[in-house]
Amino acid sequence: MKRQRTIVTFNSNMNNNNHLFHFLSEEIIFIILDFLNQNPIDKKAFSLACKSFYAIEAKHRKKLKPLCSEHIPKVLNRYPHVSHIDLTLCPRITDTSLTTISNACMSSLRSIDLSGSNCFSGAGLLSLAVNCKNLVEIDLSNATELRDSAVAALAEAKNLEKLWLGRCKQITDMGVGCIAVGCRKLRLISLKWCPGVGDLGVGLLAVKCKDIRSLDLSYLPITDKCLPSIFKLQYLEDLVLEGCFGIDDDSLSGLKHGCKSLKKLDISSCQNITHVGLSSLTGGSGGFLEQIILSHGSPVTLALADSLKKLPMLQSIKLDDCPVTYAGLKAIGNWCASLRELSLSKCAEVTNESLSSLLTKHKDLRKLDITCCRKITYASIDHITNSCTALTSLRMESCTLVPREAFVLIGQRCQFLEEIDITDNEVDDEGLKSICRCSNLSSLKLGICLNITDEGVANIGMRCSKLVELDLYRCTGISDSGISAVANGCPGLEMINIAYCKDITDSSLISLSKCSSLNTFESRGCPLITSLGLAAIAVGCKQLAKLDIKKCSSIDDAGMIPLAHFSQNLRQINLSYSSVTDVGLLSLASISCLQSLTILHLKGLSPSGLAAALLACRGLTKVKLQATFKTLLPQALFEHLEARGCVFQWRDKFFRAELDPQCWKIQLQDIMQLR
Amino acid sequence: MDHKEKLCADAWENPSSGNDLTGKISSDCPPFAIFKPQLHQQKWEDPSILDYGGIRIEPSFQEFNQPSETQTSLPCNSNNDTKMADREDGRMCETPQANKSQDWDPRTMLNNLSYLEQKIHQLQDLVHLIVGRRGQVLGRPDELVAQQQQLITADLTSIIAQLISTAGSLLPSVKHTLSTTTPSIGQFGQLGGSFVPSGVGTDASVKLQNSNGSKLADQSNQTDLISNYGTEQNYSVEEHESKDEEDADEGENLPPGSYEILQLEKEEILAPHTHFCAICGKGFKRDANLRMHMRGHGDEYKTPAALAKPNKESSSEPTLIKRYSCPYAGCKRNKDHKKFQPLKTILCVKNHYKRTHCDKSYTCSRCNTKKFSVIADLKTHEKHCGKDKWLCSCGTTFSRKDKLFGHIALFQGHTPAIPLDETKGTQGPADHGEGSEASNRVGNINFSFGSTASGGGGVVQNLMDVKESINDPTSYFSPLNFETCNFDGFHEFPRPPFEDSESSFSFLMPGSCNYTHKTGGEPNSNNLE
Repeated sequence: MKRQRTIVTFNSNMNNNNHLFHFLSEEIIFIILDFLNQNPIDKKAFSLACKSFYAIEAKHRKKLKPLCSEHIPKVLNRYPHVSHIDLTLCPRITDTSLTTISNACMSSLRSIDLSGSNCFSGAGLLSLAVNCKNLVEIDLSNATELRDSAVAALAEAKNLEKLWLGRCKQITDMGVGCIAVGCRKLRLISLKWCPGVGDLGVGLLAVKCKDIRSLDLSYLPITDKCLPSIFKLQYLEDLVLEGCFGIDDDSLSGLKHGCKSLKKLDISSCQNITHVGLSSLTGGSGGFLEQIILSHGSPVTLALADSLKKLPMLQSIKLDDCPVTYAGLKAIGNWCASLRELSLSKCAEVTNESLSSLLTKHKDLRKLDITCCRKITYASIDHITNSCTALTSLRMESCTLVPREAFVLIGQRCQFLEEIDITDNEVDDEGLKSICRCSNLSSLKLGICLNITDEGVANIGMRCSKLVELDLYRCTGISDSGISAVANGCPGLEMINIAYCKDITDSSLISLSKCSSLNTFESRGCPLITSLGLAAIAVGCKQLAKLDIKKCSSIDDAGMIPLAHFSQNLRQINLSYSSVTDVGLLSLASISCLQSLTILHLKGLSPSGLAAALLACRGLTKVKLQATFKTLLPQALFEHLEARGCVFQWRDKFFRAELDPQCWKIQLQDIMQLR
Repeated sequence: MDHKEKLCADAWENPSSGNDLTGKISSDCPPFAIFKPQLHQQKWEDPSILDYGGIRIEPSFQEFNQPSETQTSLPCNSNNDTKMADREDGRMCETPQANKSQDWDPRTMLNNLSYLEQKIHQLQDLVHLIVGRRGQVLGRPDELVAQQQQLITADLTSIIAQLISTAGSLLPSVKHTLSTTTPSIGQFGQLGGSFVPSGVGTDASVKLQNSNGSKLADQSNQTDLISNYGTEQNYSVEEHESKDEEDADEGENLPPGSYEILQLEKEEILAPHTHFCAICGKGFKRDANLRMHMRGHGDEYKTPAALAKPNKESSSEPTLIKRYSCPYAGCKRNKDHKKFQPLKTILCVKNHYKRTHCDKSYTCSRCNTKKFSVIADLKTHEKHCGKDKWLCSCGTTFSRKDKLFGHIALFQGHTPAIPLDETKGTQGPADHGEGSEASNRVGNINFSFGSTASGGGGVVQNLMDVKESINDPTSYFSPLNFETCNFDGFHEFPRPPFEDSESSFSFLMPGSCNYTHKTGGEPNSNNLE
């Protein structure tokens, strides 16, 4: 009723100026619409302006991301030119839905995303494959119940180029064999975590689909039997062999003669591959290799570094969690190619000397990850900032020996930084002030930096206007003035985490409500925040999709009502330990795209209220509940909800009082030392 | 004669079960038991084996014994024996005669002579015994006397025959001129596994009808049959003069001319068994199995010499390597083919011919889909049938997944077929098609069953005759008729009826015992009709 009235008023307005829009051709309006991508509500509003706009918007729309499958037939009727359908928000996609889609879209459909839906089978896929002749991309990730027969039906999609089958646990070589025979044009296929697929399926895929560019075989039980045919793929650029424990040095020897086009090789977690296998890369296939990922693999020794020495195009290497030696890192420093990206996270053996010898020659480095390199000190930071002035990304979480003075150097010398992660460091206001000179900064993570105060954070607001992501988790020295400075200076902020900043009050939230792009807001453990502040966020930040107000004990039902009304994009909410009751929870049902709900230790929650709320929120896919409710509510209710596509996670945690932040950090360090 | 005929009929009813046969015979033929004096008449039931031992010792003598035994109411046995001896692969004849035809061997001669001596002594003892028993009062003295006479006659004939054959071996050049005498049959016996009495009479390379035919012609009426059979034997005997084992197989790429090419006729190839027990007539595909079987016939077959692989000594003489040619014109394995590739052994020939040029008449009883022409293939398949869960869209099944994927990788358009229990209607039609096809096939099988039965071979022809004359379908399908040889014979003749129709009755299968089935004393007429 209300919507109807709005349309009428808009129409009456339009009728007055109708002639103006007649001058605009359809193409021009299309171009205008192309820019209306930020908020889905915008296009909705546009289409509701008048009948002609409605028609034009319907014609223009190419992508569709429906929230529930019930309305798909009507929606598809309205949008005839849709070529991309994303069904990830629909909790339940059945064969009927797929048949409807395939009959409505026919050959206009080019891409469909079904990752996360579990309720369809081969019949739906067959109708998609048969009717939608131009289907090029299909994402079936996480379809854990999907069987070979369904995949075999998909093989009818002869023009398929991209296929994701990650975590399709039931499919085997037979299904992949059908795909290999049917979909000869495949360019990308991901078989990550398909434990039923082995050498035969992968081998056949490589034999039949000669156009494959990208092949993800992570965690497959493959051995060297299928690798020869893979290495014969002429156009293969991206090969992921992560966690393929059956592959060893001998298997890689085939690389000497094939795979000239390879650009990216991921052999992380392959413990059986050593420098011997890698040396075959230099034989032939390494010519175009740009990125190599050796994380969680064999020790980075001199031999390993030497085996990769001659790769001319190499730009990126990831050695996360590898045992490293001084000689090895030094040898990397002597490589002929100039690295752009280097990751040494969790390499506990990295020292000042090895890092500096490595970086001496790689002055063009753009991305450096030295997370948890706990041995490096001021000298390393000095060296990094000295030689790698073009750095755009620096991740150095938990480099605990780096003193606070070192952070000043970062801001002074690396002006192009866009991403900085200095979580859990000794950085202080002085350092932060210096870092804020990086005017391109878009992501700044300052979690557990206990030395930071409002003074430092104010600099962020003053200098970093492009900031998108700010993590102030457990920065207990921060109060409202700091946050309001950020909110004023960083209008493009999309994500902010002020969890456990216990001094934050509603005024911070009111100022943050100016950041209209904000989509993720986390304020766990801020006891001073009330419903008033939350209401401000809800009204101001229409994009809000993720909200975590766990342990904000002052927030009650009064905060939920504006949230339910304004935050129509909210998808995930955590209300644990808050003062929300049945009423507030029930009001959230009006948020049509709400999918994930975590409600632990809500004192005011009654079983019947919970049941009503769960039934009312039709889009729920994941609900975390206290285990006690399992017995308090009828089993049939849960069965009904599960049939709707909702998954329940039961938690049985005791209520825990919040610790003092300093105490918390000491406890954390104790735990880490024990490890 | 009445008695004999009756016995004969009885015997024919149980052609391959030697014990039954002898059980019946023994009551009528006490003289056999007299080989061992201590045996009393009540015990004559069991010593049948001994009797047989006595008769059988020399397989090549069976033919010779035969005439006399026809008199002694053992026609069926002798009949079988004939074939057995004829069919025997030379190497299986470990007995002295086995070697005699090849060339003269003093040791063999000595053996023969000593054996003859032994035999004469036995006969002597027998006669003594009979003389000693004259005084005793027996149930049916006349009958017994007649039987004793027959037995002695038989033994004497046997001795004479062996004497002649021994003498004949001294004169290899006379072999063929001696065709009317029994030794030639002995020679037949030597002529290797290739010498299979399945001649249809249409293809004639060298006809050796003379030997059997004329020899047996003067025998009792039953031998007409054998003569027929002998007459139709066509074989290039010359090629097999120096029969040898096929063990020594050299590399495949023998230069042409470096080996001798032998070509068996298809009837010979398709004959079910090549080795026959001279005593009970049971057929075997392998000589080794026959030798194992022979152990049951007496201690003399249990000696290491008898059990040993025969005929090794002959390999010392220089012989050409033998290779075989398939008789099927146009086949790559045929010697006239441009790119002729010889077959290594007779077994290879048999399997090749059946697999390539014969109908696949054996259908798997489990899947009703797979058909084979070689029964061993069927058996191999049946072992795994049902376990072949790896299915291709073309209908081929594989026992191993990698084989399926190799197949799919090789052929365009073939795709793995997901098992039915998993698919939901996607593969349905194809499977239904297969099912109906299978059922059709079952129909075909039945049909071919009938058709081959009608004209597939002499045996079956005889069966038909029996059926006509008796109007007893049960006998037609009775297990008796499908005893080993017969059954095999039937199955190994999957040819269309017209091929053999003209020669069907002239060709006698080894197990064609049932041709006299219930027809009493006129087997010939029946056969010759």
